[in-house]
Amino acid sequence: MYAQMVKTEAAQDDPEKLAAFQARIDAGEKIEPKDWMPAAYRKTLIRQIGQHAHSEIVGQLPEGNWITRAPTLERKAILLAKVQDEAGHGLYLYCAAETLGVSRDELTEMLLDGRMKYSSIFNYPTLNWSDIGAVGWLVDGAAIINQVPLQRTSFGPYSRAMIRVCKEESFHARQGFDAIRKMAEGTPEQKKMAQDSVNRLWFPALMMFGPSDKDSVHSEQSMAWKIKMNTNDELRQKFVDQTVPQIEFLGLDLPDPGTKWNEERGHYDYTDPDWSEFFDVIKGNGPCNVDRLAARNKAWDDGEWVREGLMAHAKKKAAAKIAAE
Amino acid sequence: MTRDEAFLQFLLRMGDNTLVLGHRVSEWCGHSPVLEEDIALANTALDLIGQTQFWLGLAGEVQGEGKSADDIAFLRDVWDFRNLLLVEMPNGDFGQTLMRQFLFDAWHSIQLGRLMKSSDDRVAAIAEKASKEVTYHLERSADTVVGLGDGTEESHRRMQEALDYLWPYVGEMFQADDVDAEMAAAGIAPDPASLRDEYDTLIGRILANATLTIPDSSFGHKGGRTGKMHTEHLGHLLTQMQWLQRAYPGANW
Repeated sequence: MYAQMVKTEAAQDDPEKLAAFQARIDAGEKIEPKDWMPAAYRKTLIRQIGQHAHSEIVGQLPEGNWITRAPTLERKAILLAKVQDEAGHGLYLYCAAETLGVSRDELTEMLLDGRMKYSSIFNYPTLNWSDIGAVGWLVDGAAIINQVPLQRTSFGPYSRAMIRVCKEESFHARQGFDAIRKMAEGTPEQKKMAQDSVNRLWFPALMMFGPSDKDSVHSEQSMAWKIKMNTNDELRQKFVDQTVPQIEFLGLDLPDPGTKWNEERGHYDYTDPDWSEFFDVIKGNGPCNVDRLAARNKAWDDGEWVREGLMAHAKKKAAAKIAAE
Repeated sequence: MTRDEAFLQFLLRMGDNTLVLGHRVSEWCGHSPVLEEDIALANTALDLIGQTQFWLGLAGEVQGEGKSADDIAFLRDVWDFRNLLLVEMPNGDFGQTLMRQFLFDAWHSIQLGRLMKSSDDRVAAIAEKASKEVTYHLERSADTVVGLGDGTEESHRRMQEALDYLWPYVGEMFQADDVDAEMAAAGIAPDPASLRDEYDTLIGRILANATLTIPDSSFGHKGGRTGKMHTEHLGHLLTQMQWLQRAYPGANW
C-alpha cells in the first residue's frame, strides 16, 4: 500500500525542492514529519524504521524463550526488564514510523504476511541459558554499533528515538556480558554453554550489519540523506575490533579461526559470514523464520477478540459520555 | 507451632503467590494481543518477581538455615509450596489470565494495605513498597476486566467463562488456619477472613461494571496455601522454572 503511494508521489518530486531538501540535510538540519520530503526518503525511512520496530517485537521471542527457565530470581527480573524495554522500543519506533503516514496496524499486517522483514538474527534459536547473555552482549552490542550513528540521522523522530534506545541497549549489553561472564567463569558445563553460544551466534551477529558493501543495494542514496551514516563493512569491522578482546577476556576460544590482528590496517582481520546462509535466512529459510512468524500471527489472531472487545467498550463509554453532556 | 514457624509459613505464602503468578504472567512474553499488553504483562511479572525476592529473602532469614530466596524458589518440590491454587491455574486465553489477575490483585491490594500496619517492621516495609505496584496492577486488571466484560458479545462470553472457571479458587484466600491465628495474635498479619467483606464489595463493584455475574456458589477448592493438595499444574510449572538449578546443582548463575 505505501509502496504504491510512494510510487505515485515519486514522479512528482520537484528538482528544486529536492535540491533544497539536500541542502538542509547537508547543513545538518533535522527533517520533521510535517516538512516536505522526497517520496523515496519517506519510503526508505518507513522501511527502515518499520523493520527496526518489527525486530524489537520479534526479538521478544528468542529471549522470552528463556524467561520461564531463568536460573535465579535476579536473572529472571533482568530478563523481564530487558524484554519489556524491547517492547517499549518497538512502541516508540512504530510511533516514529506513524509520523511518516503509515499506521502501526498497517506495518503489523506487512510483518505478519511477510511483506516486511525484521533483523535476521532473530531467526536463530536460543538453545542454552548462556545464549541469553550472548544475545545481550553480541546482538545488542551489534545493534548499538548500528544505532549510535543513527542518533545523528536526519529524520528528527527517528534520531530522538535512537537516543533513548541506545541508552537502554547499552545497559542490556553490559548485563548480557555480565551474564555470559558468569558462565565463562563457572563450572565446566557452564563454560561449555558459553562457548557454544559464542560459536553459534558470532557469524549471525556479523550478519546483523547487512551484506558486504559491494552487495548492499540501499547504501548510496541513504548515506547522502543521512538515513545511513556508515557503510555495513565499517560498522562490522568496528564490532569485530570491539568484541574480539572481550571474547579473549572471557577466556573463550575465538569462534572464527581466521581472526587475526592486522598491524598494518590497525584492525582485526576476520572471516566473512556465509552470505548464502544470510540470503537464505532473509528469504525465510532460517532455522526459526516459520516459527517466529507463526507465533506472531497466532498472537495477533488470538488477540483479535481482545482488541475488538476493548474498542467496543471504549466506543460505548464515549457514547455514554456524550449522552451525559 | 512456634511463632517463627508460623511466620515462615506466612512469608512462604506471600512469596510463593508472587513467584508462581509472576512465572505464569511471564509465560505471555511476546504472545499477547497487542504491544501495550506485552509491556504491561512483562511489567506486572517483573514487579511480582521483585516482591518474591523480598518475601522469600525474609523467609530465608527467619528460617535461619542460611538459605537464599533462590534456594527457596528453585529447590523445593510441590508439597513445600504455599501459594493459593488460583495463581497456579494455567493462563488460558487472555481473558482468563486477566480475570485471574484481577481476582488476585483485589485480594493482594487489601492484604498489603493491612500488612503495611504489621507489627513486624520488615513486613510493613515490603508491603509498603509492593502496595504501590499492586495498586497499579489492580487498576489495570480491573479496567481490562470491565473493558472486556462490557465489550463485544464474544469478549463478554469469554470473561464470564473465565469468572465461572476461576470462582471456585477465590474462597481459599479467606480460609484461616493455625498459622493465620498465630500471625493475627502477633499483629503481624490480619485474619484472612477479615478481608472478605472489603473484597466482596470491591469485586462486586467492578464485576457489575463489567456486566458479569458472580456465580451463585460458595464452594471453594483449597490446599494450596496449606500445601496439602496443589493442582496438577504446579508440578509442570516447576519443571520449567527449576530446571537449570536442578540439572546443574551448585552452579552460580
